[in-house]
Amino acid sequence: MALRAAVITFPGSNCDRDMASALEAVSGQPAIRVWHGDADLPSGLDLIALPGGFSYGDYLRSGAMAAQSPIMRAVIAAAQRGVPVLGVCNGFQVLTEARLLPGALMRNAGQRFICRTVRLTVENTSSPFTHGFAQGEALRIPVAHHDGNYFADAETLDRLEGEGRVAFRYAESVNGSARDIAGVLSANGRVLGMMPHPERAIEPAAVPALGGADGRRLFENILAALASA
Amino acid sequence: MNVRVLVRLKPGVLDPQGRAVHHALEGLGFEGVADVRVGRLIELEVAEGTDHAALTEMCEKLLANTVIEDFTIETEGA
Repeated sequence: MALRAAVITFPGSNCDRDMASALEAVSGQPAIRVWHGDADLPSGLDLIALPGGFSYGDYLRSGAMAAQSPIMRAVIAAAQRGVPVLGVCNGFQVLTEARLLPGALMRNAGQRFICRTVRLTVENTSSPFTHGFAQGEALRIPVAHHDGNYFADAETLDRLEGEGRVAFRYAESVNGSARDIAGVLSANGRVLGMMPHPERAIEPAAVPALGGADGRRLFENILAALASA
Repeated sequence: MNVRVLVRLKPGVLDPQGRAVHHALEGLGFEGVADVRVGRLIELEVAEGTDHAALTEMCEKLLANTVIEDFTIETEGA
């Protein structure tokens, strides 16, 4: 099953190669690399990935400048047509700033940059990204962020939970996120923003503490969703 | 025309930076500080006669994230 995926690179993205490499490892097809200044996306995409990093040096707010870049107009239009969009870390921040996802990512409650593998709980099993997981399943995926403290007002949080749009929660105290939310889905389930880095958990590491392959399953889910579509 | 935009976290939004600064002030021995909140001042130089609606739009589209922040616009001489 071929996966036609695009990875967007902003000035300051630093996980774009990892994302492209993960996509290729899982699908066997190289990802198409797209620059932030491009006005158009390649046609016929099955997935758009917004990678982690520090786009525009996190000027103003994390993701704020990238959300206004030319390519994001095309990404928003594609998302509205139902093209799946995955935003990881800075990519999640960009998606909230672009208002494709609700809420905002604030400075970690403990003020520190956090870089370690964390335990997550799967909360949604119906989206293209999560359908191969079991409800309540535990995953281990690394985080690496300074601004991962998810915030939304209580009404929005209630709505997200009520509609099954919380994709993942932290199973341990990480960054102060409201209701331990680690990943959020759009109303149609086709846009996922998450702070943990699935592209960094693609193959079992020689040293177990260094990662694992739980992230790979998220990409496999996307492929499987495509195959059954 | 000079414009100052003050961007502040909304009341009720926890401010980890403000809290850390508060602790630092206490550590320095300053007493009687009840709360600290950190915001952002943005100074703009805009064409004379730029109307308030345009400035408001700048704030809503980019300068502030209205999910978590409020903003006030001060124009020089106003």
